[in-house]
Amino acid sequence: MEKIEADITKAGGYTGRRMAKDKLFKHVMTFGGLSVIIAISLIFVYLASVVVPLFLPATMDKLESFPAVGVQQETTVHLTAEEQAEIGVRFANQGSVAFFDMRNGKAMGEERVALPEGATVTSFAAGDLSQRSVAYGLSDGRMIILQQDFKVTFKEDAKDSEKDVRTITPSIDYPVGKEPLVIDAAGHALKLLTMQHHAENTAAVALTDDNRLVLTAFESSENMMTGEVSSERTSVELPPVEGEISQLILEVKQRDLYVVHGGRYISHYDVMNQSSPQLLQTVAVVPEGQKITAVNILSGGFSLIVGSNTGEIAQWFQVRDDNNVNHLTHIRSFKSMDGAVTTIAPEHYRKGFVAGDDKGNIGLYYATSNKLLLTRSTGTDPVRVAGIAPRANAVLIEGPGNTFQSARIENDFPEISFSSLWQKVWYESYQEPEYNWQSSAATSDFEPKFSVAPLTFGTLKAAFYAMMVAVPLAVLGAIFAAYFMSPKMRGVVKPSIEIMEALPTVILGFLAGLWLAPFVDNNLAGTLVAIFLLPFSFVITAYLWHLLPDHLTQRVGPGWEAALLIPVIILVIWTSIAIGHPIEAALFNGDMPNWISNELGWDYEQRNSLVVGIAMGFAVIPTIFSIAEDAVFSVPKHLTTGSLALGATPWQTLFNVVILTASPGIFSAIMVGMGRAVGETMIVLMATGNTAVMDLSIFTGFRTLSANIGVEMPEAAVGTTHYRLLFFSALVLFAFTFAVNTVAELIRQRLREKYSSL
Amino acid sequence: MRNWFKSGEPWVWMTAGAVALSLVMVYAVVWLTAAQGLVHWWPTPVVETTFTDRDGTKTRLIGEVRNREEVSLIRLRESGYTIESTDKFTNRYLFKQGNRDISGVDFKWYPEPMLGEFTYPKDVISVERREWGNFYGHLKAVKQEGNVVAEGPQAWDELQKRLERSNDLFKQIVSIEKNDIGKINYKLERLRLSERKLEIQDKLTADAKADFEKKREELNVEFGGIQERLQALREQIERDSFVATTMDGQEVEVSFAKMADAILPNDMSVFEKTSHYIHKLIEFVLDDPREANTEGGIFPAIFGTVMMVLLMSAMVTPLGIMAAIYMREYAKQGPLIQMIRISVNNLAGVPSIVYGVFGLGFFVYFLGGNIDALFFPESHPAPVFGSPGILWASLTLALLTLPVVIVATEEGLSRVPRTIREGSLALGGTKAETLWRTVLPIASPAMMTGLILAIARAAGEVAPLMLVGVVKLAPSLPLDGNFPFLHMERKFMHLGFHIYDVGFQSPNVEAARPLVYATALLLVIIIVVLNLFAIRLRNRMREKMRGLEGV
Repeated sequence: MEKIEADITKAGGYTGRRMAKDKLFKHVMTFGGLSVIIAISLIFVYLASVVVPLFLPATMDKLESFPAVGVQQETTVHLTAEEQAEIGVRFANQGSVAFFDMRNGKAMGEERVALPEGATVTSFAAGDLSQRSVAYGLSDGRMIILQQDFKVTFKEDAKDSEKDVRTITPSIDYPVGKEPLVIDAAGHALKLLTMQHHAENTAAVALTDDNRLVLTAFESSENMMTGEVSSERTSVELPPVEGEISQLILEVKQRDLYVVHGGRYISHYDVMNQSSPQLLQTVAVVPEGQKITAVNILSGGFSLIVGSNTGEIAQWFQVRDDNNVNHLTHIRSFKSMDGAVTTIAPEHYRKGFVAGDDKGNIGLYYATSNKLLLTRSTGTDPVRVAGIAPRANAVLIEGPGNTFQSARIENDFPEISFSSLWQKVWYESYQEPEYNWQSSAATSDFEPKFSVAPLTFGTLKAAFYAMMVAVPLAVLGAIFAAYFMSPKMRGVVKPSIEIMEALPTVILGFLAGLWLAPFVDNNLAGTLVAIFLLPFSFVITAYLWHLLPDHLTQRVGPGWEAALLIPVIILVIWTSIAIGHPIEAALFNGDMPNWISNELGWDYEQRNSLVVGIAMGFAVIPTIFSIAEDAVFSVPKHLTTGSLALGATPWQTLFNVVILTASPGIFSAIMVGMGRAVGETMIVLMATGNTAVMDLSIFTGFRTLSANIGVEMPEAAVGTTHYRLLFFSALVLFAFTFAVNTVAELIRQRLREKYSSL
Repeated sequence: MRNWFKSGEPWVWMTAGAVALSLVMVYAVVWLTAAQGLVHWWPTPVVETTFTDRDGTKTRLIGEVRNREEVSLIRLRESGYTIESTDKFTNRYLFKQGNRDISGVDFKWYPEPMLGEFTYPKDVISVERREWGNFYGHLKAVKQEGNVVAEGPQAWDELQKRLERSNDLFKQIVSIEKNDIGKINYKLERLRLSERKLEIQDKLTADAKADFEKKREELNVEFGGIQERLQALREQIERDSFVATTMDGQEVEVSFAKMADAILPNDMSVFEKTSHYIHKLIEFVLDDPREANTEGGIFPAIFGTVMMVLLMSAMVTPLGIMAAIYMREYAKQGPLIQMIRISVNNLAGVPSIVYGVFGLGFFVYFLGGNIDALFFPESHPAPVFGSPGILWASLTLALLTLPVVIVATEEGLSRVPRTIREGSLALGGTKAETLWRTVLPIASPAMMTGLILAIARAAGEVAPLMLVGVVKLAPSLPLDGNFPFLHMERKFMHLGFHIYDVGFQSPNVEAARPLVYATALLLVIIIVVLNLFAIRLRNRMREKMRGLEGV
């Protein structure tokens, strides 16, 4: 064709303008067509671009090293940073607090805690990191609480008036006043200290130099009338533990106290009632021969992270048993460090932590996903103290030879690992490992649960029940329509099926949820009887028809069986529903759903898989029907006529010739139907309870990937793990349906070629 | 019998049964929607009867029977009824007893054994109110400014007369609230934005500021005037009220301001019922929704759906046709274009929610966010295009329906016989001319088919729209009398989403149910009609082509 065109051009008759127009048209069409194609492929690219960051490993910049800031004679006890990770803070053991620039170590001011006369600092405790409060224990049995304060001011830039320059001024203040709080009334020095301070509640536990454990709590209340603040103090001595106590940890809600002692034991005290604390249990958290070298508590106050002298790191938290008793339980072990664990620093808001060992390595871990995100060597000397910036975007460590090292971290999605997505995970405060999807806001007490296993399971369960309904109806129906049905009836059936395909799923879902579900609930026995009886009724009708005299049956002619069966179906359904209630009365105490949940002990929901199966089956039938019908109908006629001529009955011909030839087409139809069932949203959203449970029962609901997107997408904050995981669900659905449809299409094309060659 | 089985005859009937069952299902769905959706406005008689409660107290019941079902006695006994019976089942009735402001519940199931004889007193009135749902009771008197003007049998005629007046006033109030006040608010907002824009650009001089202040003052004065008019109207509409006794004997006074319609349901001729029905039907199509969408009309949803579909068609038609022409006429036919063709085909099978996710991420957050940053810095931090809206919704649906249009157009192009193209080329036409003058006109029914199918699909699609722009109640339509008239950034209402929202998210599902059925019916009708039209068009085109092939 093109050659002819070129020749014609040469032969003349074309003016320049017409040629130009022709060219223009071609270019416009090509450009338009290509851009549309590119736009379509953009879908995949864009979805992937949102999802990919989830699976990228955490990264850390090069560690910047600079000399330690602050009083050199003192040793560092605590390192932390301000929200923007610009300013680092060092607390030293004698009460000096130094602020410095995190990036280059430039000093930004130093303060010293206001000590009462004659007292010296004997211990240090860091409160919950998100509260930014710490405490120093004193030699006279008292304690002083400090809080870091960062004032942010904006000043106009001298060079560019559009831009504001942010200045952060660090300082410390005293949230409960400069007057120390009395912990040990006897006035003994506090050797070890742990403290939590939250609004009006302050609690501290200290080990005194005569080896007593003292719990002291303060509750301040403000008088509504006068505005005067009064404080109530309770103090009590705790039952002792064996061995030397090395660390005390009070949980942020001031309910549990953990005492590390004897090298390998942790004792758990219930201090909820601050006047009568109880020792609940003592657990060896490392095997014999090992020693606990570092312990810390993760944000939220549930999990203890225990490090040993052999580099093992494990997570422990309380698990409630069936008798409602809590046991400190080993939850998971992390990948070990090379040397003895020297320090563990938790993230401020998430379940991550950084650990250092005595060979100079640091490791960044995440608890929920049981992941070692990255390791880095800082030299060969022990890592003494480590700290993480509030947004978990920088680490600060004190390393060899009195130097500090800091580095920026890019670690936005540590919750995601293969195990956290697809395997059972033991979440905090759960009795056992579970598959769970609970994506609500990620505050520090709440561990987001991102197991996509129950959603995937729900999706497959939905598709399975839908296919149970759709495949027999659609495939058998397609065979009849293509092979037996009279052309006149085809003229009615085909448009009906197209209408069926066009019915919006929101209407199917609405009818399923508001009409079918209560109906099935009230007529469960009748519905099940109807499903059971229908196939038999077809055969019985067929036999009765066969017994009728020929002159009657011939009047109708072949190919109208389906029409004859319509009243039969209506009759059977009506009868089944009518006898349903007497059956329930006779066998199931009058209420079958009730009987199922009480006698059988199965879960029963009104909006269950049976309802969804029927509704979604309805939606999938036309898809399968059209493709399968096309495949059966286009089996070359000479094959069937040949078979019939050789004496086979129509059924034999159908079974041995037609279906055999068309089977790839039927298979591809089922695949396309499956693709449709997997991605269906509205029906599932409306006709199930949308709870993410994992059981195969026909009487319970489920939550699918697509419905989950529909429910949660509008609320997901852009760029968060949750948001990207929903994109991930979409990408999975996209890839799955696209792959299934492509395979189905390829099968069909091969079939078409086969037909044309026959 | 054995031979009969061997012949395969039963299996043939089995396949026939599958077809028959599918047909029964389709028509059952259509019939169910139609039956439930159409009966809603037909006035049903109001029943008066007595009900014996769990503790033996007898109360009077007035209400419409909305449903009846057989229920197991176990369930009733479990809920506290003592019913002497050896049966396992009995019936229960769903009463719509209205008066939600008095009794708290307007729908309640009552077991048959606890109900007395049903009577249908002629003087029971059923009042449709603008809040708290329906009112049922016996009319006592009509009052004007607290003084009785009509009592007993005359009260009903007086009530109807005054109802006309109050409805007239109500229309005026709504028109002022919607049009006049809406316009002023819109102008004030524009004023604020232009002032903010100048401020950002550092061009807000004292003069300009004074000017803005002056304009604002003018608008405020105008606003005050409207407020006064509105106040006067509100006082007038509050003038009348009627007194009626409810089912528990209470005398209740209801202001005409809250009354939308009143009928004597037990004393209506068929003609009156028909005219009431038609009146309600028109109201349903043309009115705004009331009471959290459970009453009133669905006009904004119809408007939103149509508008979104039109915008979508305007985007999808040129793009789809262009892509089809390129793929069929210009691209080099080979494995690559074959692969693209398969991919485009398959996109039709990708779950619609995936398009919604893409639309939200790419169109709304990425494109919309950037447009806001570039062109609407003055509205920051309130998003303009950076939040879901009708533009993004139609764009998303255009993408979703693109495969439908491309496939249909391609089919049409491929059916144009070679002879016609060759004829045109032989007569000296260029390729563009051949396409434009002969091929495309012949294939146009195919394109039309594709477009209609696309529209039908878009009209029924809900899942992606939930993410990119549909809301349960849009304060204003995307098209109105305020410049620039077409507000592409606004959120809109949609029939399909309306069904989902009212049927599943509404606090009073029972009250909303008939309305949802009616909405569903409307949607089904639209989609069935569109599809039947497309099927006819396609069949006619195929026949025509078959005729041409012989030429």
